[in-house]
Amino acid sequence: MTDTLTPILTKFWDDPQSWTLATYERHDGYKALKKALDMEPQAIIDAVKDSSIRGRGGAGFPTGMKWSFMSPPDGGPRYLVVNADESEPGTCKDVPLMMANPHSLIEGVAISSYAIGCEHAFIYLRGEVVHVYRRLLRAVEEARAAGYLGDNVGGKGVKVDITVHAGAGAYICGEETALLDSLEGRRGQPRLKPPFPGAAGLYARPTSVNNVESIASVPGIILEGADWFKGMGTEKSTGFGIFSLSGHVTNPGQFEAPLGITMRELIELAGGMRGGKKLKFWTPGGSSTPIFTDEHLDVPLDFDSVAAAGSMLGTRALQVFDETVSVVRAVARWTDFYAHESCGKCTPCREGTWWLRQIMDRIENGQGTQDDIDKLVDICDNILGRSFCALGDAATSPITSAVKYFREEFEAGMHTPAHELFPPENSVLFPVQTKESSGMVSA
Amino acid sequence: MSGHDASGHLHVSPESKAPYAADVLEKLYADAAEVVARYPQKRSALLPLLHLVQSVDGYVTGRGVSFCAEVLDLTEAEVSGVATFYTQYKRHPNGEYTVGVCTNTLCAIMGGDLIFDRVSEHLGIGHDETTEDGKITLERVECNAACDYAPVVMANWEFFDNQTPESTIGLVEDLRAGKDVAPTRGAAKVCTFKEVSRVLAGFHDGRGDEGVGAGPASLLGLKIANENGWVAPSSNGSGRSDGSGATSDGKGSK
Repeated sequence: MTDTLTPILTKFWDDPQSWTLATYERHDGYKALKKALDMEPQAIIDAVKDSSIRGRGGAGFPTGMKWSFMSPPDGGPRYLVVNADESEPGTCKDVPLMMANPHSLIEGVAISSYAIGCEHAFIYLRGEVVHVYRRLLRAVEEARAAGYLGDNVGGKGVKVDITVHAGAGAYICGEETALLDSLEGRRGQPRLKPPFPGAAGLYARPTSVNNVESIASVPGIILEGADWFKGMGTEKSTGFGIFSLSGHVTNPGQFEAPLGITMRELIELAGGMRGGKKLKFWTPGGSSTPIFTDEHLDVPLDFDSVAAAGSMLGTRALQVFDETVSVVRAVARWTDFYAHESCGKCTPCREGTWWLRQIMDRIENGQGTQDDIDKLVDICDNILGRSFCALGDAATSPITSAVKYFREEFEAGMHTPAHELFPPENSVLFPVQTKESSGMVSA
Repeated sequence: MSGHDASGHLHVSPESKAPYAADVLEKLYADAAEVVARYPQKRSALLPLLHLVQSVDGYVTGRGVSFCAEVLDLTEAEVSGVATFYTQYKRHPNGEYTVGVCTNTLCAIMGGDLIFDRVSEHLGIGHDETTEDGKITLERVECNAACDYAPVVMANWEFFDNQTPESTIGLVEDLRAGKDVAPTRGAAKVCTFKEVSRVLAGFHDGRGDEGVGAGPASLLGLKIANENGWVAPSSNGSGRSDGSGATSDGKGSK
């Protein structure tokens, strides 16, 4: 039985200079790289496969399998691209990881690149986190100076270098093929698959796109072994992950734990609900994953259990909303987000999110019509599975799940504005003077 | 993102087309060559080059578009098509500081909506508008990956955690007064929009070692684990030297 929390990537985040190479080396940093360079590349892929680690960026595809699906070497370039475009609403694990412990990612990139035969790796970081970009640039400089990157890594004649690339503000670039288009200097719009990036990715070359936390977990797997990794988590969701609690808990924060921990345990660690209020709804993996309610507090937070309960583990972005919150207001705002971020490439998403937004707006303002709920569900049905990429599907998740659990609140939107049913000032985290709250707070 | 904004076209003022001074252009070419050299194919340099243009002009100017097109052998239409897709590229002169209030669902509900309204009223400007003194551009921003610190405000893409209307009004007032302002988690001070744009083009400003590694919310799980003696399992001898979890920094309970 493993402990409730298992700090691994977060283990020394409290060190005064946690981000430096010196700190990382003091915590066994780059030992895994040295070990890896004495292994055959295929043995590294096998170890990662054997660990059964599933991608930490949301979809949960097995990392080792993704690597082994890459087209075989043909003498031309092969690429590793790290998806550091963390933008899914509620998701806030990769950014603090790269801020506090960037070398775990750099070491992971060095090992993974060696394993898949990549000599030039990319980290695609969203552009809206400038200090994280500085930390990554600095970590690459330090690693290069120490011989962990460059033309002769570890003195073994292995070539690996990293370009850290800043995006410029577009949620869609978290979709792996949109990310590749963006990295190629284009508008970030998804590509038709197949071909998958493993066959034709960056510059039409074999490419693996992996999440930050997946790659940062590789050094531990190499150093400690696949069995160590599998000793944590569940049979089909092995290992550990960072769980991000936000919203109406007493103490929001990051909790690194074996997969399979429950929301009940996490909320208790976070000091319970704010002011003893009741939990109303929460997202298991960001706004794109169907919402859960207090019925789901004991669902093990692993890929399969969450899926069986009707949602997705996603990025373990646990956004908690208490009884003061209008679910209609919350969903309306997420709908605004998807409409804003729809890239415009395909019709169901581009047009559908626009219609969803108008209907949600009516319902939020107490001006919904008799058939608005049916229309919402019908439009969602026409977007889900019919859009070009997962963004369209994601836009429907909050709506269909909220209608399922809180239909009466949508019905109330035919006559009463959300802000009358759930005064917004009751949900804010700071005291609101009543004088201002009357006119200022409108959703 | 582009495509849905009311201001979905480029505002090209005459001065945005005026040629660069010779020394500015020379430096731009030198910097651009450095950016292009980072990539196997030069078109990949377009996003950083647009950040670079903003570091000189304060927004994506017509001459900046022409410059990128020339350096990368693209048409101006291709460059504009990319520049208008991403929210960080500004189509009209930006303030010295972009103050972005997160109004995605979680932050909005925790207080972001109220903060935006109060700051907007205080400054007399709305979303994507700039104060007359050219100091502050106010924005509603989408989720910025700091939800455990909600409500969050970004100033030139540095984190200001756990904000209130009063703290954010204090922030914009200090920025307007020209004071150095330190983010909650970030560099020792918020740099200007042009300075930050240069960093985003990949030119490190040497501030990476400034600021904290993590804020209190990021450390909460670690703190609780340390208090309870919870550790990751060790791997039977091999591997890490400190697998027992005995912390070198003497972190105990309390």
